[in-house]
Amino acid sequence: MSAPDRRDGDRRGTRVRGSVVPEAEFRSYYGRPILKPPVWTWEVPWYFFAGGLAGASASLGLGARLAGNHPLARNAFTAAGAAGTVAVPLLASDLGRPERFLYMLRMFKVTSPLSVGSWILATMAPAAVGAAASDRLGVLPRLGRAAEVAAGLLGPALATYTGTLVADTAVPAWHEAGRELPFVFAGSAAASAGAAAVLSTPAADAGPARRLVVAGALLELGAAGAMERRLGELGEPYRQGPAGRLARAAKACTAAGAGLVAAAGRRRALAAAGAALVLAGSACERWAVYKAGFQSAADPKYVVGPQRARLAARQAEQDDPVEP
Amino acid sequence: MTAGARMGFFTDTSVCIGCKACEVACKEWNLVPQDGPLSLSANSYDNTVALGASTWRHVAFVEQQRDDQGLRWLMSSDVCKHCSSAACLEVCPTGALFRTEFGTVVVQPDICNGCGYCVPACPFGVIDRREDDGRAFKCTLCYDRLKDGMEPACAHACPTDSIQFGQLEELRERAQRRVATLHEAGVAEARLYLEDEADGIGGAGAFFLLLDEPEVYGLPPDPVSTTRDLPTLWRAAALAAGTLAAAVAVAFAGGRR
Repeated sequence: MSAPDRRDGDRRGTRVRGSVVPEAEFRSYYGRPILKPPVWTWEVPWYFFAGGLAGASASLGLGARLAGNHPLARNAFTAAGAAGTVAVPLLASDLGRPERFLYMLRMFKVTSPLSVGSWILATMAPAAVGAAASDRLGVLPRLGRAAEVAAGLLGPALATYTGTLVADTAVPAWHEAGRELPFVFAGSAAASAGAAAVLSTPAADAGPARRLVVAGALLELGAAGAMERRLGELGEPYRQGPAGRLARAAKACTAAGAGLVAAAGRRRALAAAGAALVLAGSACERWAVYKAGFQSAADPKYVVGPQRARLAARQAEQDDPVEP
Repeated sequence: MTAGARMGFFTDTSVCIGCKACEVACKEWNLVPQDGPLSLSANSYDNTVALGASTWRHVAFVEQQRDDQGLRWLMSSDVCKHCSSAACLEVCPTGALFRTEFGTVVVQPDICNGCGYCVPACPFGVIDRREDDGRAFKCTLCYDRLKDGMEPACAHACPTDSIQFGQLEELRERAQRRVATLHEAGVAEARLYLEDEADGIGGAGAFFLLLDEPEVYGLPPDPVSTTRDLPTLWRAAALAAGTLAAAVAVAFAGGRR
């Protein structure tokens, strides 16, 4: 990104991760991007956050119900219903034609994570709202319990499919991170759901929520670290520019917040401060991933470098076949 | 046109003269709006810059100073590749993108809801959303003209037959002969791009004869359709969902305290 002039003929060495071949060289068309930048706007990272919060909260709610912790179940399902309700308009307003939002349900396509996710959201969000409403209003209890089970079981899918959504693109920082991104999102979602419950639930009932904060934070930080290590040079966008700043903020907030929650125990004010930090960290994590995709798509070196290395490796194999 | 035959483009860049008649013919026939304020890019004679929602043919201009042979011009008319394994089509949640009876990939404007998923899915950066309209657009390989037995407007307008339209199989044979001719004439750098069905996109419906590496023209050297990795990606999502459920279960293992 530093070279101002990358006209053709200006060969620049770029090292490629995991490559057994010598340093590949990289040429481009006036340094212009090969990929189009995503057209998504601010609604999308907030949708990832809201969907994660809704999904993990529903699971937490179901767990609480099964464990007989009814105050926690009520608050978790309320958070799931609220976040699910927010997620729908976020997804709709990012469309170029929001009035055609229901076209998302025209078909069910497993090759399109957005199609699968729309169906998950369309099932899970009403179920979460129904579960919360039934519990709070004390109406239709059996339907309410069925809704709780549906929302609780679909929750993890809603929280993690968004990692696959961005990975199923040609953007190198997203696609090549496809094995770890769902885990980053799962951890981030779990931490945020635990944090929301810590904020809303009396300390005596919030023990599982505090533990979920810590478990989620550990998963998020571990998966993000593994992702950046495996990406190598392709992971540069997660370390540089706006995405890098957001990723560092996410790590700092999540680690500090989870530490506070763990240390606070039943001291509610301290736990609440930690929970607020964890929620901020979770939002920063989605924003970091979102921004990294734009930075990755903008520089042709992330496209050309690995593809050249792949071609060179294939060529080397042809020239000198390795005995099996 | 033989019924059921896959139709496509063979763009032979060795005879492109950079006249941009293809760009104009495409705009005129398809009523494609202006793609932005008039501006000069300072990239040789290329002020179109890239393919996009309102640019379905784009002529690239490359000036190369080579020590032994002096200045060389490379010109190439780029277009949607109409991939055999088309990521845009596969990730489209509404089914707006579909494969026609000619084997081409087309957006149905009455279905597209502008979700924008196709945009970062394309390994070539072809398709884009028209921001004032909200929907995604790209080359249709003149679907309307094909249905009436006519060739696409760009191929019709091309004065040097750099853009050739026809049955894909026949075009591939023609392209092989052309490369052989060029190699015999001493143009060793001539090579075909995207003609191979074994490549990462299953071969393209629009392939090219290039005189340098693809990235010199702004094309990815070894594109792969992102959906080829979907089994791995879905497996990761399922495992992550299971891990999340397990984390919740563990959180309750310690009781209410």
